[in-house]
Amino acid sequence: MDFNVIWYILIGLLLVGYAILDGFDLGVGILHLFSKGDHNRRIMLNSIGPVWDGNEVWLITAGGALFAAFPEVYATAFSGFYLPFMLLLIALIFRAVSIEFRSKEPSKRWRSTWDTSFGMASMIAAILFGIAIGNVVMGFAIGSDKVYQGTFFDLITPYTILTGFFNLSMFTMHGAIYLNLKTEGALQNQVKGWIRSSYIIFVIMFAITTAATLYLRPEMVANFSFGLIELPGAYHALVAEHHTLISILAWFIVLLNLLSIANIPRTLAKDKPMQTFISSACTMGAIIGLFALGIFPNMMISSLSPEFNLDIYNGASSGYTLRTMFFVAIWGLPFVLGYTSLIYWTYRGKTKLNESSY
Amino acid sequence: MELDIEFLSRLQFAFTIMFHYIFPPFSIGMGLLLVIYETLYYVTRKKIYESITRFWIKIFAANFSIGVATGIVMEFEFGTNWATYSRFVGDIFGSPLAAEGIFAFFLESGFLAILLFGWNRVKPGMHLFATCMVAFGSMMSAFWIVVANSWQQTPVAYELAVTADGYTRAVITDFWGVVFNPSSMVRFFHVIVGSWIQGAFLIMSVAAYFIIKKRDLEFAYRSFSLALIVAATAALIQPAIGHYHAQVVGEYQPAKLAAFEGLYETQKAAPLSIIGWTDPEEQATYGIEIPGLLSFLLYGDFEAEVKGLDQIKKEDWPPVAQVFQTYHLMVALGMFFILLTLLSLFLLFRKKLFDKTWLMKLYVPLVVLPVIANQAGWVSAERGRQPWIVQDLLRTSDGLSKSVTAPEVLISLILFFIVYTLLFFVWLYVLDREIKHGPEDHVHGPETYHHREERIDPLSKLIK
Repeated sequence: MDFNVIWYILIGLLLVGYAILDGFDLGVGILHLFSKGDHNRRIMLNSIGPVWDGNEVWLITAGGALFAAFPEVYATAFSGFYLPFMLLLIALIFRAVSIEFRSKEPSKRWRSTWDTSFGMASMIAAILFGIAIGNVVMGFAIGSDKVYQGTFFDLITPYTILTGFFNLSMFTMHGAIYLNLKTEGALQNQVKGWIRSSYIIFVIMFAITTAATLYLRPEMVANFSFGLIELPGAYHALVAEHHTLISILAWFIVLLNLLSIANIPRTLAKDKPMQTFISSACTMGAIIGLFALGIFPNMMISSLSPEFNLDIYNGASSGYTLRTMFFVAIWGLPFVLGYTSLIYWTYRGKTKLNESSY
Repeated sequence: MELDIEFLSRLQFAFTIMFHYIFPPFSIGMGLLLVIYETLYYVTRKKIYESITRFWIKIFAANFSIGVATGIVMEFEFGTNWATYSRFVGDIFGSPLAAEGIFAFFLESGFLAILLFGWNRVKPGMHLFATCMVAFGSMMSAFWIVVANSWQQTPVAYELAVTADGYTRAVITDFWGVVFNPSSMVRFFHVIVGSWIQGAFLIMSVAAYFIIKKRDLEFAYRSFSLALIVAATAALIQPAIGHYHAQVVGEYQPAKLAAFEGLYETQKAAPLSIIGWTDPEEQATYGIEIPGLLSFLLYGDFEAEVKGLDQIKKEDWPPVAQVFQTYHLMVALGMFFILLTLLSLFLLFRKKLFDKTWLMKLYVPLVVLPVIANQAGWVSAERGRQPWIVQDLLRTSDGLSKSVTAPEVLISLILFFIVYTLLFFVWLYVLDREIKHGPEDHVHGPETYHHREERIDPLSKLIK
């Protein structure tokens, strides 16, 4: 395994961490729109209060790591995705300040304005992430100079809208499952209702999205085929030599995905909220893993020609940077996990309001 | 009308970064003072220091959240608006950004949760530790960003390599060489000390308001005195760092230094311009100058030769007038801070400071001056580097994204303008409410165990 592969995995892990962590607080934001009464809303807001900021850091760090390790991919993706990313930024800004400012004023109008902006911003962010992933699957109009040739409207297709709403359903379900850990009494009963309906929507969306992906992009399963299907584009000795190992890993993730999806209603019925949450987190990790294995070793697929694909080699930094930054990451990672666990441990248990709450 | 994408992209970057740069210096400066206040609380267990710490934490939180929210924009903009630049420097520039994420943001955001919500949840020692970590994290964050920026100013430890696609990019040869490039450390200290001044002035401004209103006086006196000591110390250190910084600029970026001083001709015994204005058309600078002082400050020799703009091709000149004026504005404000804080310190030790109503009234609006000084310094540093986005390697006009169109940039610029204007007024409104509400008397509730005993109080001698 070379450092290019390691960085592909590391950035994948950062994105999985981001999806699992910020996924639930975006989900809480989306559900905020459906909740009633100031007390319930404050409970929901404070259930993510101490952690949402740290969750978002996973995205920022993934962005920085992408810039450092795969600058060509970073440059092509960010400039190609210009307007959606700008909307995402605005949504993230609104979300952050809504959380911070909502409770600074008791007036009803003030609070309901920030509630709406918090909920809408969370929803828009979730949809935009899904649209971005959908485009990576479908491919961008990347030319020979690694530059995106299309326009904003090429990014919005029925398939990418589907993945956008698929992601929305996944984050909403994950948010509801998180709230099940953090709430009690009448609110928790309401939360359980949300889990049931969002789970049904999620399973339907999951089936449609999987079918659409296999129909539109059959090459997404090349890495699952034990070498029977060739990946279009440049020949990668690494993938060819290890296709058995890669395929076994891929089918293992498929299994994990199905088991964890099935485990959600089971643990919910047995009233084990922590296990439901772990199942939901595993579901999300598996879906991202399937997606990552589907395009590997490419990072961005060109819809113009497979020759113009950006992969982990032609999109990467120099070997020196990849190696140095790997050691930086290895040094930093234990600290990151340390602070994250400390915070989640400090704020474990049901959310209660006190004078330092939002 | 043809929209100019370079102009729009630069305007967008300048606007978003200048707006962002209002907030981190407040966080860094207030972070240091929070550590001081809370340490005093931890040692003395006096109720008043709990009020002080907890009140300023609230103000800190409002700043910090806007700083974080507007900071992500920068990281995105390198890729969205400056993709060609990102391809050129990605091997080098991305690394400090990633390091900032790993080493600073996780630290800050993790301990921020304890700082904001942990007062009754963790032990006082743990809370103090969290405060220290947030303050330290905000400085680490500044460190990595300044490293990235400094490499653009004084690029070292790289080589130019041709990619398989046939274009050139800069490739790192020595990571620590990039981190400790010739200007990173001095620029870092310059930024940090400037931030201490800005944060301290915010606290002094609010405390002065309480003093004028004759409310929460003990709270205000103590807050003010400590902030004043920090501001005065920082103001006194800053010229020394600035002086050393200018030497580095003179060595590595002579065009910028010549623009700082409006020096068009290379000359021996170059004068230091104190105040004035410069006319790039006429190639002349007017105003008060001290002969030979620039040569002395740069080289320790009144007769030394200083490079002027005549040694630099005209197409490589920075916008001289803007650089000159912003630089002089920064220096003038720096001098003013020294005078003001020394005078105030003198009055504090004579126990007359808080009786001087005129001075207290002056401090309330003065919080904008360090903001202006920090912004002016930043503008002079960044405009002084133009037309280069990476000094002598890549021109700003060559760094743009090829796939982005001018209308797209215009749309995003308008969006940012609307959102940031709104944000700014909401921020002012929330600050105003927090300040009018004032510190609370935190004696009841589960945190009373914090005050079991009160010990010696080092400040009480200063305050009547």
